[in-house]
Amino acid sequence: MPKKYHLNPKSAHPRFVSPGPFGIIEGDGCLNCANCVKKYCVYSVFRKRAFDQRQLFDTADSLCKNCFRCVQECYGRILSKTANPEFWSLGDDYWTPEIIVSNQSQAETGKIPVSGGGYGGPFTGPGFDSMWTDMSEIVRPTRDGIHGREYISTAVELGRVPKQPTFHSDAGFFHDPSLKSSPDFPELFGMDISPRVEVSLPVIFDLLPYGSFNSAVRYAIAQAAKETNTLMVIRAEDVEEDLRPLASNLVPLLPSGPAPNLAPIISWARMVQVPFTSATKVVEQVKEIKKINPAAVVSVRLPLNPRAEENAVALEGGGVEVLHFIADERGREREASSPRFIKDLIYNIHLRLVKDGCRDGLSLIFGGGLAMAEHVAKAIICGADAVSIETTLLIALECRVCGRCAREMSCPVELEKIAPNWGKQRVVNLMAAWHGQLLEVLGAMGLRDIRRLRGEVGRAIFLNEIEKETFGRIFAASDQKPVMKKEALHALAS
Amino acid sequence: MLWPPEIRRTPSRFRNPIGKYKVHRGPACIHCGQCADLCPMSVHHRFGKKMLAPKDELCLGPSCSEKEFYCFNRCPQGALRMVANPNLQALRDYRWPADLLLSTWQQAETGEAPQADIEYRLGNSGGGFDRLRLRLPSPEHKPFSMSENEEEVSTAVVLNRRSDGRPQVRIGVPFYGGGMSFGSVSINTMLSRARAAEAWDTFSCTGEGGYPDPLRRYDDHMITQVATGLFGVREETIQRVRIVEFKYAQGAKPGLGGHLLGDKVTPAVAKMREAVAGNSLFSPFPFHSVYSVEDHKKHVDWIKEINPRCLVSVKVSTPTDVDMVAVGSYYAGAHIIHLDGSYGGTGAAPDIAKKNIAMPIEYAIPKVHRFLSEEGIRDRITLIVSGGIRTAYDIAKAIALGADGAVIGTADMVALECIRCRNCESGQGCPRGIATTDPKLSNLVVVDWGSQRIINLYAAWRKQLVALLKLWGLKSIGELVGRTDFLNHLDYQQGEFEDDDIRPFLLRGNGRRGL
Repeated sequence: MPKKYHLNPKSAHPRFVSPGPFGIIEGDGCLNCANCVKKYCVYSVFRKRAFDQRQLFDTADSLCKNCFRCVQECYGRILSKTANPEFWSLGDDYWTPEIIVSNQSQAETGKIPVSGGGYGGPFTGPGFDSMWTDMSEIVRPTRDGIHGREYISTAVELGRVPKQPTFHSDAGFFHDPSLKSSPDFPELFGMDISPRVEVSLPVIFDLLPYGSFNSAVRYAIAQAAKETNTLMVIRAEDVEEDLRPLASNLVPLLPSGPAPNLAPIISWARMVQVPFTSATKVVEQVKEIKKINPAAVVSVRLPLNPRAEENAVALEGGGVEVLHFIADERGREREASSPRFIKDLIYNIHLRLVKDGCRDGLSLIFGGGLAMAEHVAKAIICGADAVSIETTLLIALECRVCGRCAREMSCPVELEKIAPNWGKQRVVNLMAAWHGQLLEVLGAMGLRDIRRLRGEVGRAIFLNEIEKETFGRIFAASDQKPVMKKEALHALAS
Repeated sequence: MLWPPEIRRTPSRFRNPIGKYKVHRGPACIHCGQCADLCPMSVHHRFGKKMLAPKDELCLGPSCSEKEFYCFNRCPQGALRMVANPNLQALRDYRWPADLLLSTWQQAETGEAPQADIEYRLGNSGGGFDRLRLRLPSPEHKPFSMSENEEEVSTAVVLNRRSDGRPQVRIGVPFYGGGMSFGSVSINTMLSRARAAEAWDTFSCTGEGGYPDPLRRYDDHMITQVATGLFGVREETIQRVRIVEFKYAQGAKPGLGGHLLGDKVTPAVAKMREAVAGNSLFSPFPFHSVYSVEDHKKHVDWIKEINPRCLVSVKVSTPTDVDMVAVGSYYAGAHIIHLDGSYGGTGAAPDIAKKNIAMPIEYAIPKVHRFLSEEGIRDRITLIVSGGIRTAYDIAKAIALGADGAVIGTADMVALECIRCRNCESGQGCPRGIATTDPKLSNLVVVDWGSQRIINLYAAWRKQLVALLKLWGLKSIGELVGRTDFLNHLDYQQGEFEDDDIRPFLLRGNGRRGL
């Protein structure tokens, strides 16, 4: 059994107080009671509050837990609560304030978000919210890896898995020890031993979507990739000297076409990435790379667009080992008039490769819009081997998805000023929390290995299917029966 | 026992109850008292020569403007003003939107459906029960009479359908209280629920935290739970009760055991659970002794052996193969199959589990009902459902989809003035004194007050159910089971939907002034 994978979250406090969802408003007419309700706040909000000089707001709103005790007990009835627009204007309708704040608190503590009182969100929603994972295994043995009593692996191998070992008929080779140490050993046997890279989490770090960052941000994320034993995609030109010790966790993104000066980078990388131009050109480029470093896993970066499925089929067998599909940052198909959502595209591409009998010839990584730990599990259920995150990394570093940097304005949380160690710890914490949540999911499903989850659509409930199967059967067929008019109903009552 | 239990007005325990509207009395007020004379809802009070602060939680809002007693345009000084309560913007919950909280509080206060234009039937989740509507009969097809006598319609449900010689257990209303352990909630909360259960001749459940002695008075109305942690489970506690519930899983965190975080494990809780105070208690998952229907049967047989007069309920969550689970439970000898769907739950759970749980109960009910019917065993097992059932309308919809009855958790808490801030798990627990074990906070809920609030809520619900049954021309709640022809679904039917508000029926002749 491999060494147990364990992350060490350490508290990494936010540099900026994040706005609370609800504000406390104090009206006029305080009676100056000796027994002011503020003294008895269960959470001591009024004692702990302070004025945040950098952001110019009262921290009471961030400390308040919205229990309404003070509002309901104030003798002068002068306290009230209301929605805090600062909070509700965070992000957008995909990167919702709740997602941003939840990821930030996970990045702070490294703990799984736990709360009481059931789920208060909508019944269903677009995107990943239109499926539920079925964490309800009560028939088969389940695992209790969450509390460390049983090991659950979240490791995945990226690369090609041959369908079966193939050998030359001449078995005599086996007995020649000198040949075994030869670098040509696999070829001599006709054996397909493609290189593979194991990552301990099925989440790799992708190029940052926006913002102009100095190397500190990249360095922090690269450090986190090392500590979490995963990979970070980085433009080859951004690989500076100080990142070289982290080489085994970097995936340099090469420019398309020949780049002779990049040979040194290719030679040390465990995985390299090339952008997709056309199938034939990519296959040529892969051959060049493999000449320089046959042990490097070659991944191709493709837009997740309407041609993604064909491109996947075209690239299979051409020496490419990993496909990294990128949707837009809201998880939508690119270049499509009515874009589909990433989960549906994952499912289509996965199924197509399964049907063509070549699914294991390629590892599939999908990125774009993966915002929560549950999205990782859902993407894998739909058929991904691993996912990549981008905006989420920035959120771990306190980004509020305000889009100011895209408009060349200053960053309200001064991302350019982070200390690399703090940044590293925030990303590690977030991954620790996500890892914990993946263990919850896997444990509850009775799985010991995340690789078993890939394409396991039986572990999920899809809204459209369950609707058709239950309500569709009941309601779609029934003919409209007369319904009592409201007026008639009320007339009867009076 | 008095049936139905007496309704007593039980106002909020807080000085400033929250209403849908805020009534402002400006400085121009001359304290003439005209508004106090007008308002039948007692919003305005004159004490001596002075007007008191308005009780705006009682205000009927803009819908009152057609009434002759509308105060806002009758004030000689124009000193009164009404606005939507800005506080409600801080209650953002799709399943329990502000209106549903307010209306549930009002029902717990008065025992009646709310009179103001507050939504008391639906939440705002955008799916499931919130997209289903009740189809009320047209007068030409089904003439009906609304008699004043509620008792000619039965809301009782029998729970033993196996004819296995065990006693019959009948509940007076088609719902009972879900399991909440001592530790997750206070003893006062447990007692309030137990007393309300006794009053309505139904049940409350101990949850998985032992059987505190003060509950012994209510033995005949308690269900005791045998869950994976076996906290506080003893043969003696199993022998006390009429129903024993096996908790295999729960809808809010299927695949995971119970969580009780360390701060809430006070010495009293620890003693009950035979654990160490201050240590978080995680129930394991699942029963490691049950991996098959045969194993499950052994469990059921064990309980039946220990307590020969009890019924056995099996609580499971709703995996994709929930129908198979239900059949398996029947063959193992269960009397009640309790499906706990997603989206409910009162306890602490990881957010990822709460959201992604399993099948919402709205789908699980018809699936299981149909499968049990096809197997020919539907009439030999009682199907009880829970997981996001918040209102009498949800209960009616669940039953029309195929359930026999429902289990209530969160609504009980809301009756005790839970505001759904969802901080139950952390620190000492609930700042409002419901889901806490902190002695000081627990005392915020007085048992007399709490039990009456829950009794009132159940009374309001029962009235609504009875009114619906009468409209449909049904004599008992049992006749509603599986009647999906009484339901509409907004996603499937074209055309306008009728408002299925039955308030006019409920309010007729109840002696109230005004409406």
